[in-house]
Amino acid sequence: MRKPLLRLEGLTKAYPGVLANDDVSFQIGEGQIHALLGENGAGKSTLVKMIYGLVKPDKGRMTLRDRPYAPAQPSEARQNGVAMVFQHFSLFDALDVAENVALGMENPPPLRDLAKRIRDVSADYGLPLDPNRLVGDLSAGERQRVEIVRCLLQDPKLLIMDEPTSVLTPQEVEILFRTLRQLSAEGTAILYISHKLEEIRALCDEATILRGGRKVATCDPREKSARELAELMVGQILTPPERAAKPRGDVLLSVENLSLKSNNPFGTSLKDITFQLHGGEVLGIAGVAGNGQDELLLMLSGEIPSPAGQVRLKGQPIGQFGPNARRLRGLVTAPEERLGHAAAPDMSLTANALLSGAARKGLVKKGFIDWKKTDSFAREIIARFDVRTPGSHVLARALSGGNLQKFVIGREIELKPDVIVVNQPTWGVDASAASFIRQALLDLASAGAGVLVISQDLDELLEVADSFAALNEGRLTRVRPAKGLTVEEIGLMMGGAHDMHPAHEDAE
Amino acid sequence: MIRLEKRKEPSKFWRIANPFLAVALTMVAGGIMFAMLGKDPITAIRLIFFDPIFSETFGSYSRPQLLIKSAPLILIAVGLAIGFKANIWNIGAEGQYIIGALFGAGVALAFFPAPGWYIFPLMVIAGAFGGFLWAMIPAILKTRFNTNEILVSLLLVYVAEKILAAMALGVMRNPDIAGFPGSRDLRRYEAAYNAELISGTGIHWGVVAALIAVIFAYAMMTRHMLGYHVQLAGQAPRAARFGGVSPARLVVICLGISGALAGLAGMFEVSGPGGQVRIEFASGYGFTAIIVAFLGRLNPVGIVLAGLLLGLTYIGGELGQMMLQLPGAAIQVFQGMLLFFLLALDFQTNYRIRLTQGARA
Repeated sequence: MRKPLLRLEGLTKAYPGVLANDDVSFQIGEGQIHALLGENGAGKSTLVKMIYGLVKPDKGRMTLRDRPYAPAQPSEARQNGVAMVFQHFSLFDALDVAENVALGMENPPPLRDLAKRIRDVSADYGLPLDPNRLVGDLSAGERQRVEIVRCLLQDPKLLIMDEPTSVLTPQEVEILFRTLRQLSAEGTAILYISHKLEEIRALCDEATILRGGRKVATCDPREKSARELAELMVGQILTPPERAAKPRGDVLLSVENLSLKSNNPFGTSLKDITFQLHGGEVLGIAGVAGNGQDELLLMLSGEIPSPAGQVRLKGQPIGQFGPNARRLRGLVTAPEERLGHAAAPDMSLTANALLSGAARKGLVKKGFIDWKKTDSFAREIIARFDVRTPGSHVLARALSGGNLQKFVIGREIELKPDVIVVNQPTWGVDASAASFIRQALLDLASAGAGVLVISQDLDELLEVADSFAALNEGRLTRVRPAKGLTVEEIGLMMGGAHDMHPAHEDAE
Repeated sequence: MIRLEKRKEPSKFWRIANPFLAVALTMVAGGIMFAMLGKDPITAIRLIFFDPIFSETFGSYSRPQLLIKSAPLILIAVGLAIGFKANIWNIGAEGQYIIGALFGAGVALAFFPAPGWYIFPLMVIAGAFGGFLWAMIPAILKTRFNTNEILVSLLLVYVAEKILAAMALGVMRNPDIAGFPGSRDLRRYEAAYNAELISGTGIHWGVVAALIAVIFAYAMMTRHMLGYHVQLAGQAPRAARFGGVSPARLVVICLGISGALAGLAGMFEVSGPGGQVRIEFASGYGFTAIIVAFLGRLNPVGIVLAGLLLGLTYIGGELGQMMLQLPGAAIQVFQGMLLFFLLALDFQTNYRIRLTQGARA
């Protein structure tokens, strides 16, 4: 048995209307890699925030190495050797790596010394990082390394990682895992939060599963199947998505030799993109974040116009059209960023239903909005896609990520499109909502629509896609049938390891 | 220690309560200012905020004045508020007001002394067009060259003032009275005179126009797609693009509407209460309207109330100058304080202020 490092006893935290954590107890051993599993809203982040000193528990206590531990704020947690890598990076694009690291430290050393320490630490742990590069030029995987190195410089006893692999290629994941195992071998405990069950089974010694704020089990994940873990998490039996076999239809959407400059200085320009999407086909596009996914979606949605003939819908040129003209012709899109792009945070769900519904649903007559009809459209989405909300008057930003995602995807599906393009359809969504969304997309394809899924979640793509391509630095690979592709082949399509050497080879 | 917590949703209560609180705080701070000037604060506050309406001595004069002063404020603020909602900041309504007045007066002076029912409608169109044109300068510079509309529109105010002076001394000067700056008095030219419609009320065509603008703005913001797009662009620019809003088009529309309404206000002023093109014609309505727009929560109905209040301070300020020898700048200080307190208070619409004990960051 390992010596316990952090022990949680009866932690309870209530917010108005919800019990986020209810009497949660477990312990993390020194050097242990401990998984924290749970659906969205299961209370993982509240729990982690309590450990990191962002939230104060109502009841219960924590001990760190047998001494009472009650951090009033993150700086106190860090002084006690608890560090955290957040899911959303808090980095400044326009500053270089060393400057970003310095910003997150209590007493940063002079930048030159810091740069040297960054080099040393990153070499020790197989996370190559140039301290002088601008963060804006880094890939998502490299940005994550900045965050990890920032934590490692503080010599943590416990490293909390929130969904670290959602932005990585399989090769990068492998390298990250080696780093984490090395840390663990050196005695640093890791609290690892993830939805990806296979990963947890590969990496973690122990897993604690939360459901509805309570702990439902602590187990050895290697002794359970991914499905058993998922069912513990959800509390119900899961069925993988199914689809009726259907012959491939005509070409619905085609893009030919399209190059497009990104409208964002830190974005990725598209280079010579060519693909075709048929009716009934689900085309999966993989790639590490920041390789042109956003630009591809903006190009297809019409937010960035392109030469008319290079984008065609059912044979007709549509490149010159804006978003609404494309919607009218049957092409709808769902961007990755739910709050602020696919939905306006401070508007009600009804007003957000109008955002893309206006053109196709006849919600506007002579410029005047038919609010009654819009509201019933919003209610329809809420009912059909099981969006948990008190009503259509609720502001978009008040919904949880998963619920808003169901609303956004549901809205586009309800428009009964000929072609739908979605970017990260299940990002940050819990297992049951994710399988629901995937099923809805497959149903749409079965009904004859063309579905294009851009995702960084390979398991998801392999589950839904008929054909497969990858984006790498703005270039799209040839489209290949998904059947028979191995994860290694996919990894190579995605452009390999982005200047990463498999750790530890060059460290020796 | 004081801690700030972001609210999950903006507080509805404070949204409504803050303007009232800001007025109350302004009265207190203003009272202190008057006391320091050696005036009796209670009398001064009463003179500014209550006497213009309730006093028997001045009431009959100042009550109609209320609508005369408030109408241009409301007319301009309604247009500004639409742009502000879309995060398009037209700070130069004063300039558009002046150019609108010059266009309106220009039409009148061109026809002088011909009679004709069509002259006044032509002046209305010209006034709106003048303001629109002046607002198109920042709009086009912004959409073409990505300049900042705040700076451009503001600086164009001073250009407009120079043009006004040049007109009053030059082309538009009254040829019949040699040596005096200023144009003919439009109040004496019947076809161009924006007369009081119901005697003793202060209601002229500008008041009617303000009322119509308020109704139209209200309908547009709540029912029309354009209002929806304006709000989208202001709250979530990326979502607006996703919804098919063209940012450049919106800049042109918002600056166009606010410019045209400011131009109208100027035209109704120069053909009525103002009477003639003079060097000192501009009286700061374009700037005060910014305060009106914010105090009215960018909401057309709120703007009516805020416009009446600020109109009141104009009249009250004049009374104060007359009766208590208050300095003329006192009223501007007053208006400034109002905006200051409102913006400061608005902080608590989005944040909760908590007092915590111990633990230091």
